[in-house]
Amino acid sequence: MSETTDPPQPGTSSFDDHHPPARNLLDDCVHCGFCLPTCPTYVVTGEEMESPRGRIYLMDLAAKGEIPLNDAFGSRIDSCLGCLACTTACPSGVQYDKLIEAVRPQLERNVPRTPTDRFFRAAIFHLFPHPGRLRLAALGGIAYRALGIRALLHRLGVIRRLPARLRALEALLPPVTLRDLLRRTPSHVPAAAAAPAGLRVGLLAGCAQRVFFGDVNAATIRVLAAEGCEVYVPRDGQCCGALSMHAGREDDGLERARRTIDMFERHDLDIVVTNVAGCGSTLKEYGALLADDPDYRERAAAFSARTRDISELLAELPPLATRHPLPLRVAYHDACHLANAQRIRSQPREVLRAIPDLEVADIAEAEICCGSAGIYNLVQPEKAEELGRRKAASLHAARPEVIATANAGCLLQIRRHIGEDVPLVHPVQLVDASIRGVHPFRDSAKRRLPHD
Amino acid sequence: MLTTTTITEFEEVLGTEAVVTDPVALRSYECDGLTGYRVTPALVLLPSTAEEVAACVSVCAREDIPFVARGAGTGLSGGALPVAQGVVISVQRLRRVLSIDPDNRRAVVEPGVTNADISRAAAPYGLYFAPDPSSGQVCTIGGNVAENSGGAHCLKYGFTVHHIHAVDVVLPDGTLTRLGSHAPHQAGYDLLGAFIGSEGTLGIAVRIEVRLLPRPAAWRTLVADFDSLEAAGDTVTDIIAAGIVPAAIEMMDSLSIEAVEAAVAAGYHRDARAALIVELDGPHQEVASQFAEIQRLCRDHGCTHLRVAADADERAVIWKGRKAAFAAVGRISPDYLVQDGVVPRTRLAEALTRIARLADAAGLRVANVFHAGDGNLHPLVLYSEAAGQHDRAEHLSTSIAELCVELGGSLSGEHGIGTDKACSMPRQFDADSLATMRRLRTAFDPHDLCNPGKVLPTPRLCGERPGPYQPHPLETAGVIERM
Ligand SMILES: Cc1cc2nc3c(=O)[nH]c(=O)nc-3n(C[C@H](O)[C@H](O)[C@H](O)COP(=O)(O)OP(=O)(O)OC[C@H]3O[C@@H](n4cnc5c(N)ncnc54)[C@H](O)[C@@H]3O)c2cc1C
Ligand code: SF4
Ligand code: SF4
Repeated sequence: MSETTDPPQPGTSSFDDHHPPARNLLDDCVHCGFCLPTCPTYVVTGEEMESPRGRIYLMDLAAKGEIPLNDAFGSRIDSCLGCLACTTACPSGVQYDKLIEAVRPQLERNVPRTPTDRFFRAAIFHLFPHPGRLRLAALGGIAYRALGIRALLHRLGVIRRLPARLRALEALLPPVTLRDLLRRTPSHVPAAAAAPAGLRVGLLAGCAQRVFFGDVNAATIRVLAAEGCEVYVPRDGQCCGALSMHAGREDDGLERARRTIDMFERHDLDIVVTNVAGCGSTLKEYGALLADDPDYRERAAAFSARTRDISELLAELPPLATRHPLPLRVAYHDACHLANAQRIRSQPREVLRAIPDLEVADIAEAEICCGSAGIYNLVQPEKAEELGRRKAASLHAARPEVIATANAGCLLQIRRHIGEDVPLVHPVQLVDASIRGVHPFRDSAKRRLPHD
Repeated sequence: MLTTTTITEFEEVLGTEAVVTDPVALRSYECDGLTGYRVTPALVLLPSTAEEVAACVSVCAREDIPFVARGAGTGLSGGALPVAQGVVISVQRLRRVLSIDPDNRRAVVEPGVTNADISRAAAPYGLYFAPDPSSGQVCTIGGNVAENSGGAHCLKYGFTVHHIHAVDVVLPDGTLTRLGSHAPHQAGYDLLGAFIGSEGTLGIAVRIEVRLLPRPAAWRTLVADFDSLEAAGDTVTDIIAAGIVPAAIEMMDSLSIEAVEAAVAAGYHRDARAALIVELDGPHQEVASQFAEIQRLCRDHGCTHLRVAADADERAVIWKGRKAAFAAVGRISPDYLVQDGVVPRTRLAEALTRIARLADAAGLRVANVFHAGDGNLHPLVLYSEAAGQHDRAEHLSTSIAELCVELGGSLSGEHGIGTDKACSMPRQFDADSLATMRRLRTAFDPHDLCNPGKVLPTPRLCGERPGPYQPHPLETAGVIERM
């Protein structure tokens, strides 16, 4: 990014007219600071301008025309993870989610980024929201690992000398097997048991999710079917727009939202379910995001009202399938986009506790983000690294046998920092294993549990 | 004077990344919890060790640069308001709990540790840190020491000053020294006593040895609703007269209840005119018998509903509601001022009636939430900036503080004097008392570099005739602005 040349005009807002942050939303903040200790960037830096209160203060100054939209302001907004821990902590009901969503596109539009920054962001947006390209990149990743190139580069210290952002991308590549990559999710699965409700449920296969976590989707489908749902997985799956929206690429995000609505409307569904917290929170916002679009306004609102996270839906459904015991100590990590954006905290724990013999352990600093947050770990790697290390330490301290979390980004980020010794799963994989009476970890997926 | 050479020197001491020079970032430091006063600092420093703080202050002393310590910036009296051309020294990177000595019930912590984190660190040993300001999740122990902060449970356990053994302080000339000790009685002057509550004007606390208390064996908490503030106030008087020392007695009026329910839905009744929160703690037997007595007293005074916390979760919800009260008022009013004053407990009802009268006269609403047990009032003056009610609100708020003095109380119960009330000090103290305070301050800070302009009235700040209604000269000069 570089400095804009326009000097600020006190009294006239520095934001342009297209959805600037609303004055009444800015005024809701009373500067009490209750949000500070839950803000990951504040916890790491101790800097006021890296806190929710500081960011809102700067937005307010920009709205009053006292500071320009420039690199100095933009970098404070860029560094926000969008984890929304601040909205949960705030007693005054400040809607920081709306503020940050209004400010990000303003910066994208009005503050030029430096060429490398632009290139890196563009690369991410050309890769992640497209399953086909991702699959190709992942294939490259497999070759890279299989041929020992990764180990060699590490030994030579090449990795350490990579720029921080590339290093982050490199380390995040999850261990995907060829089998995972070639697996395609079936498009329609009938209910395995008759349920009173007999819901028609559509699953959002996700973009990064579909490529890296095919087994999570498979588990979701099995569990839904076992609980009496008829499951549809629309084929032409593309990104729901979450990545773009979280990064302020509004037009791109809205277009993806429209296409996602079209895609699911073809199936006449009762419920749209997601197993990625970040996608879920965006699907639930479609109604608000497309409020200006006369063709989509109502359809988007109806779509959002139908959307559920998988844990949310499971907690609502009366359990049909028998749960077999899983004697495991599980640390459940709250994904920000589930806990803060969708306020879903108790449901995943309830769903897990319904599994006989399974123990859910509490972890310290549970409300602090792991540093993943959308593409954050790719664009702000230093802060993300420190947050990841912190989260790994809290998780280790709980001595879990397995860690469960409901977001692809968190899974990748935690896996990277916790190392190989504790398996990481999506909670629905534990439910699936319990219903099927098998061991939940992938290598032993077919092994029956000893006491079965 | 602050020059590029001094900035380079700070950068050499702390590293560039701990010296904030970016003008946009600096603006986020221009106020604390009292946003009416704003001054942009010239520089913000983020030291990570006590020695780094000392090094920064030494440079300031040598170069004659005013400096202001800052914790979490939750202060409500403008204590951490920066000085133009001066530096802010933030302690937010000194956040380590250095040691816990469970046998002697002591902990040594850095000043940026939050109040709540001390109790969290002590919890595994069955201990906790007693002072409990509502802002405990956020505010720092350094700020608590500087403001001598209190909270709901100060009625029984006292203020911060009763829970500090010793403080390592960087004096305004850069000397790092220790005030106090954990010996039960100390010879010589009580410098620690002078330092606690000095609002950052005598030096910067860099290491604090706190006293920890064992968790009480039992506690009971109730919420009693009343039809009038008087009935609730009389109940408080009778509880104390019965020789009971509850851990806390808090009162909220209907406006505060409305705000709290809108914010956190803690189960208070919106139709109650006043709600008392009474908590007892201590040995099982004692708590049980006194709790019965309190319930009887509430009923005697016509309480309309009595809610007894069934378990720890319900107790937590009740307190969450009370502690969110200030911030929650943002839900029912676009803007508000938090006042803080003390009246003798026996004159509570009178004070509330007169506050209501003042509010009516000003045509504004006042929500009351306060530590009823020790007469510490927190009237919240609700107003709308947009509707141009600011000046009226400010007048009303100041008259309430001065009403407290008139009723034989004090200008501040726990939020400090800071910038906000410096000019009202002569209402409570005569010239000799103020001169004595000034001499003490000069002994620590002869060159007036350490948080200048706070606590004591100065002609520059308050004009010829100190009084609350003067426009602030800095405001006229365009240095500060009030929202
Ligand atoms: C919603 C809300 C509720 C509150 N409730 C209460 C309450 O119940 N009881 C109560 O007493 N207060 C309360 N307060 C006021 C405030 O939280 C306390 O005064 C607190 O102690 C301030 O701590 P801080 O870390 O935010 O300090 P700051 O606001 O950063 O600073 C306060 C003062 O302390 C000085 N200071 C800070 N750190 C140091 C240090 N290390 N060494 C020397 N001086 C230092 C500063 O210069 C300044 O003068 C509340 C505030 C808010 C916003
Ligand atoms: S969304 Fe998260 S990172 Fe951003 S300000 Fe809020 S708490 Fe901080
Ligand atoms: S966002 Fe909420 S919690 Fe944070 S400072 Fe503003 S009002 Fe307080």
